[in-house]
Amino acid sequence: MITQATEEHGHPAHLEHHFSTPEQQKSAAKLGMWIFLATEILFFGGLFMAYGAFRYFYPGTFVAAHAYLSIPLGGLNTMILITSSLTMALAVRAAQLGDRKLLVRLLGLTLLLASGFLVVKGFEYSHKLHEGLLPGKYFSAKGIAGLPHIFFGIYFAMTGLHGVHVVAGMIVISWVLIRARQGRYSAEYYTPVENVGLYWHLVDLIWIFLFPLLYLVK
Amino acid sequence: MSASDNGAAPRGAGEGAPRGGRDQEPDPVAGADAPGATEGSYLSHRGVLSWIFTKDHKRIGLMYLVAVLGFFFVGGVLALAVLLELLSSAGRFFSSDTYNKLFTLHGAVMIFLFIIPLVPATLGNFFLPLMIGAKDVAFPKMNLASFHIYVVGAAILLYSIIASAMDTGWTFYTPYSTQTSTAVISATFGVFILGFSSVFTGLNFIVTVHKMRAPGMTWNRMPLFVWAIYATAVIQVLATPILAITLLLLIFERLFEVGIFNPAMGGDPVLYQHFFWFYSHPAVYIMILPGFGIISELITTHSRKRIFGYGAIALSSVAIAVISFLVWGHHMFVSGQSELAAMVFSFLTFAVAVPTAIKVFSWVATLYRGSIAFTTPMLYALAFLFLFTIGGLTGLFLGTLSVDVHLTDTYFVVAHFHYVMMGGTFIAFLGGLHHWWPKMTGKSYSEKWGKIACALVFIGFNVTFFSQFLLGTHGMPRRYHHYLPRFQTLHVLSTVGSQILALGLVIILVYLLHSLFRGARAGVNPWGGKSLEWATATPPGTHNFASQPTVSAGPYEFEEIDEREGEEKDEEKDEAEKGGER
Repeated sequence: MITQATEEHGHPAHLEHHFSTPEQQKSAAKLGMWIFLATEILFFGGLFMAYGAFRYFYPGTFVAAHAYLSIPLGGLNTMILITSSLTMALAVRAAQLGDRKLLVRLLGLTLLLASGFLVVKGFEYSHKLHEGLLPGKYFSAKGIAGLPHIFFGIYFAMTGLHGVHVVAGMIVISWVLIRARQGRYSAEYYTPVENVGLYWHLVDLIWIFLFPLLYLVK
Repeated sequence: MSASDNGAAPRGAGEGAPRGGRDQEPDPVAGADAPGATEGSYLSHRGVLSWIFTKDHKRIGLMYLVAVLGFFFVGGVLALAVLLELLSSAGRFFSSDTYNKLFTLHGAVMIFLFIIPLVPATLGNFFLPLMIGAKDVAFPKMNLASFHIYVVGAAILLYSIIASAMDTGWTFYTPYSTQTSTAVISATFGVFILGFSSVFTGLNFIVTVHKMRAPGMTWNRMPLFVWAIYATAVIQVLATPILAITLLLLIFERLFEVGIFNPAMGGDPVLYQHFFWFYSHPAVYIMILPGFGIISELITTHSRKRIFGYGAIALSSVAIAVISFLVWGHHMFVSGQSELAAMVFSFLTFAVAVPTAIKVFSWVATLYRGSIAFTTPMLYALAFLFLFTIGGLTGLFLGTLSVDVHLTDTYFVVAHFHYVMMGGTFIAFLGGLHHWWPKMTGKSYSEKWGKIACALVFIGFNVTFFSQFLLGTHGMPRRYHHYLPRFQTLHVLSTVGSQILALGLVIILVYLLHSLFRGARAGVNPWGGKSLEWATATPPGTHNFASQPTVSAGPYEFEEIDEREGEEKDEEKDEAEKGGER
């Protein structure tokens, strides 16, 4: 076991003092990220639970109300997010290979796709706003059987919180992008890229569940 | 060894000769530093900013300690106000609205600001890295962020208290919480923020335990306090997100009147209760498990005997963490859930008592033939055994379906809850605080006043809350401002008890503060503990250990008992021979 005195000197710049080795630091960071993802799953798990309960209470409402969601736009967004997951995964690979130029490009592309997702979502939301397909007391559309104010309440809660996560993902991707341009990452040290990648895949994964549950009800 | 040997250990003067192993470098630990090693104490940094932005887990733990105890004072004053009001059956000082706000604020402050962070964020933060021989927690910045978020969340919660208070009770039950005009949105948002602080602490501790252990610190050599904090962290990480989404949905419901919790709009108020208790039942184990961990340390160290059933105690913490997620429905026996669900939840509630009982029996077995020293920390540990057993067993009354129907929403529930939370967690915390105070501050407190205060707390607590058990069985409903005159005697008794309890707590505050300025210097290892935190300087240096410690034995290898084991074996042989004759 090396002593503390030798550790203080001559270690890689990215190694924080309270870790003994870069391997220890990396595995700690990854475990931390996985635990964080577990909290996210439980967080959305609560929403899925609410969805399940109300779909069980009012199946007719869900069938009637889901018809007012646009499957082409939802499908387009699904394609966009899955593609962004691919570019993110390729970005991690670029980081592993130490290819800085490719890493920056792929992160930029991921960011672009994420913005695309939000633009499409924005169109969908403004359409809903226009039609009065809104949660709770703001719901004003006519002609939908059952309790559509609850369906749209759940729709906006789920997609809204997912949207917040997309924005958060864009912020951390931008942060990694800036640091990648500064040349902070190398084939030896790319943990933040990998962790941001894991987070982005989770954001993607949640949408992959949201899309069929909300748009493709039968 | 060094000058610190001259400092009087917290053990009282009348205690007889100091035990062996005191201030000696424990054998199982190689490379631990002597006091006065090259590095300065962690307290040697000066200036407010050096505290506010410190990444040192020890200083973050101390800041948490001050903050948490500050909120305990706020919650305690509210409790005393509630009990003073209950002196007369028709109320005297407050309107009924004010009374509703008082008990709501008492609950919200005590639960979310005090007892959830009480042990993990203070003693856990301070001692978890020390006990596993790490320089710090895995993510020091996140640890600091956890504290800052805690302060922000607390500020928002306190703002809502000052702005317009709340009268929903700390559970924010719908549909009332979506209808009352009080500050539910800002209060629940404050609690939402506090959840991040709790998750950050838990996440940090899990990774720290997995990745930061010193060489030789195997899972089976971890102190039981570390096991308990680890199990707590798992619950914190997995349960708190559910509270977060519950509170967001409640805020959403209030802002948009979505109707998901409102039966008039097709919603389901029982769904809210499911959501809420899915977090809040595991949360009571967030509160009590660290207390269990402290008790394991106190009992074994102060009876100088290896813990009985190390593996059983360690794994029962994990078992409790798992089962705690499956019992939430016992809060809803009269809320209209199905009979089948109620029966399953009742059964699982009994199941969670098993690992808890394993711990209690193991502690008692540890005491058997131990060399018990009646130090202040040990007195708290014994008080805990007594109080927590009452609290735990009355929990079984409430888990029994037929009995629960009568006891639901009575003072029996209030008394049960306070016996496990205050008689359990808080008493364990006080024991741990006295146990580790010399290590944390480098100062010894008055053992005499420690014992007097412990006796007052014990008596005051029992008088306050045992009378509430009696009130509950006689049918006194909880949260009522006015009550029938026949309950008055017991209410007066309870109020008197609360004053004794408060007196005891004030004495503790006084002599602990006094020890900071006037206390004798504490030794490196005043209790002869064998875990790693006793192997470093008092108070510890900034980087915990002057050089990386390595571990070659378990945390509870006490020599004195080892010497005696020879005699015991002889006796056992005698007994075995006698048995053979029979």
